[in-house]
Amino acid sequence: MPDTPRAMRQPVPLRLGSAAFLAFWCLIASFPIFWIAVMSFKAPVDAFAANPLDVILGPATRAAGQGLSILDIAAGLAVLYLTVRFAMRWLPDRVAAWSPGGQVWAGWIIGGLAYGLAFVVVFLGVLPVVLGALNPVLGPLGNPVLGLTTVHYHSVWVENEFYRNFLNSLLVTTGVVTVSLTVGTLAGYGLARSGSNLAFWLLIVALVFRALPHSVLVAGYLPVFINSAEWLRPILGDNAPTLYGQPLAVIAVLVSINQPFTIWMLRSFFQNIPAELDEAARVDGCTHFQAFRWVIMPVMWPGVITTGLFSFLLAYNDFLVTSLLLDATNQTMVPAIAGYFNRETTTTDQVEAVAAAVSITAPLFLLVIIFQRQIVSGLTAGAVKG
Amino acid sequence: MRFRTFAGFVGPSVFLMLLFIAAPLVGVFLGSFQITQPVVEQVEVETCTPGFLTQTCTTELVTRPILDENGNITTTTEWIGLTSYIRVLEPGRAWDAIRDLDYNALMQIDFWAALRFTLMFTLVTLPLVLGFGLAIALAVNNAARSIRGPVIFVSLLPFIITPVIGALSIRWLFIGDGILTSALEMWLDRDLALFAQAWTIELMMLFYRVWHVAPFAFVIFYAGLQTVNQDTLESAIIDGASRWDRLRYVIIPHLMPLIVFVALIHLMDSYRVFEEIVGFSSQAHVISLQWLTYDFLQPDDAGNRAYSRASASAMLTMVGIVILLIPLLRRTWRDHKGAPH
Repeated sequence: MPDTPRAMRQPVPLRLGSAAFLAFWCLIASFPIFWIAVMSFKAPVDAFAANPLDVILGPATRAAGQGLSILDIAAGLAVLYLTVRFAMRWLPDRVAAWSPGGQVWAGWIIGGLAYGLAFVVVFLGVLPVVLGALNPVLGPLGNPVLGLTTVHYHSVWVENEFYRNFLNSLLVTTGVVTVSLTVGTLAGYGLARSGSNLAFWLLIVALVFRALPHSVLVAGYLPVFINSAEWLRPILGDNAPTLYGQPLAVIAVLVSINQPFTIWMLRSFFQNIPAELDEAARVDGCTHFQAFRWVIMPVMWPGVITTGLFSFLLAYNDFLVTSLLLDATNQTMVPAIAGYFNRETTTTDQVEAVAAAVSITAPLFLLVIIFQRQIVSGLTAGAVKG
Repeated sequence: MRFRTFAGFVGPSVFLMLLFIAAPLVGVFLGSFQITQPVVEQVEVETCTPGFLTQTCTTELVTRPILDENGNITTTTEWIGLTSYIRVLEPGRAWDAIRDLDYNALMQIDFWAALRFTLMFTLVTLPLVLGFGLAIALAVNNAARSIRGPVIFVSLLPFIITPVIGALSIRWLFIGDGILTSALEMWLDRDLALFAQAWTIELMMLFYRVWHVAPFAFVIFYAGLQTVNQDTLESAIIDGASRWDRLRYVIIPHLMPLIVFVALIHLMDSYRVFEEIVGFSSQAHVISLQWLTYDFLQPDDAGNRAYSRASASAMLTMVGIVILLIPLLRRTWRDHKGAPH
């Protein structure tokens, strides 16, 4: 900024120090994640090599005939670049042009899915075939230089049926986000618009509940869930369910555990919507519920999306509740990975665990790319205004 | 808003919280004074093996659970008072250890070892998280606008990553002869085994937690820095305040409510430290309070879960949370009293 007052301008050492610190932080922040991503593509010998260059270049992986040539790398990078460029320039126009008025969000979901699918087909389907034909023809350009193998992903997802855990995670997170937003939005609105002492006490109790360690609650659920068939038999008859191991029961539990946080966050978003809006609707003869449905709902989506993101994170990242309340067949991804690193028999197991870990992280990575703004606004909403 | 309307809006949420948070709490509280055990009987069993001339028969007393008509094990529930608490706390052994000033003997008892680690972890990470968060926020605020977006993106990664996976990703850098262990070995010129003793694991856990939470503090402080009053800053400059003075007397007081907020959230969360134990598989060396309850709840080799001891340790964990929350609740109460309604 050229118009900074002279006294505000910073001496060179300070600016350098600040920039160096920032670079250092970015390195620390990204390195472990970057490194496990690199490790997951290498043969075990390379993945746990002492020399970092061996991990990156993967000589043992390359020697096993699994590698990328310069041509592969160039073509892959080109496809990636074009994908991002088209997603930025071409996709928004297409979505806006094709989706019917007022339903742009639906257009984005469909467009995004179709685009992702097309990318997967081109990148994993078409590209390897074309390059496989070209590489032998080109001589030195076609020789592998960078060891890289997807065999661990194959064994994790196909042989060890990790996709089952993925589907369970999908079920649990979808359920948690949907239910917790439905219930939480109503409560958040009620709390934001009521100045009564009761509302205040509810919020305080919710704050106390938020601080509870989850293991305390699970200690309360477990005996009940395991014996629920007997306890519920007088009410539900012989087909009373055993709640232990049921994804639906876990959804209910995670929704409830998440409620305190959800209602606090949504309340602070609703407080930012001027109360005059619903008062005007009430003057025109709406009931509170009608005002909520027709006046507030259309303007509340930014807050709801942000809160939904955090609900998603809670459900997706949970280890304690899901590992104790779900049995092996219904296990979600995060507890399932414990099975890998507790075996620790061979280094192959270890690298498979790394591949599973990277698979779990990849959706979160996408989430940050798409929703960075919402995550930041969600983090600050509670703090700055509350 | 009339009470009925209000109840209609918050009803479902309150119902869920009562059913799945309040009720289990009461259950755990009651359960910590009870024990549920299978009813066993002792029966004389005669086993015979064929032998020459006569069979060889032995009789022995066998303890076996009584089955009901459906073939399930019958159980009884008894009130046992504070027995579960005593089993978790082991006051006798603990008191002996304290009287003899024998620190190691005290750390042999799971609960006290878990309490020590949990408190140490909470108190050590707190200043580190606040300091790092503030430093990153100041540095980003200092940087050119064009690089702020990417820096925030990179900073969010450690925050958003699944805690168990985050801990694992640090562990894989160090485990065995992982690259960072080899680098340290080259640098220090000695052989290292970072997973063989408690303190190195604890260091890695502290590093992980600061890495994981500093972005949260950073984002909040960064948002706060955007609202620092520029006029106040300028008048501070005119009054001859140095850079350090401005930070000390203008910026930090402005951020104070946020610092308190981050500190409270961090205290609550790090008191619940759990995923680190799982990710670093450190249960042989280091455990935390929440992990202790988790461990009681895991089925043992016979498939039994120690509910009563789990309930007792859960209740003891709660005591700490209550102590942490009292200042927060007092402050909220004062704000509520002062707020115009």
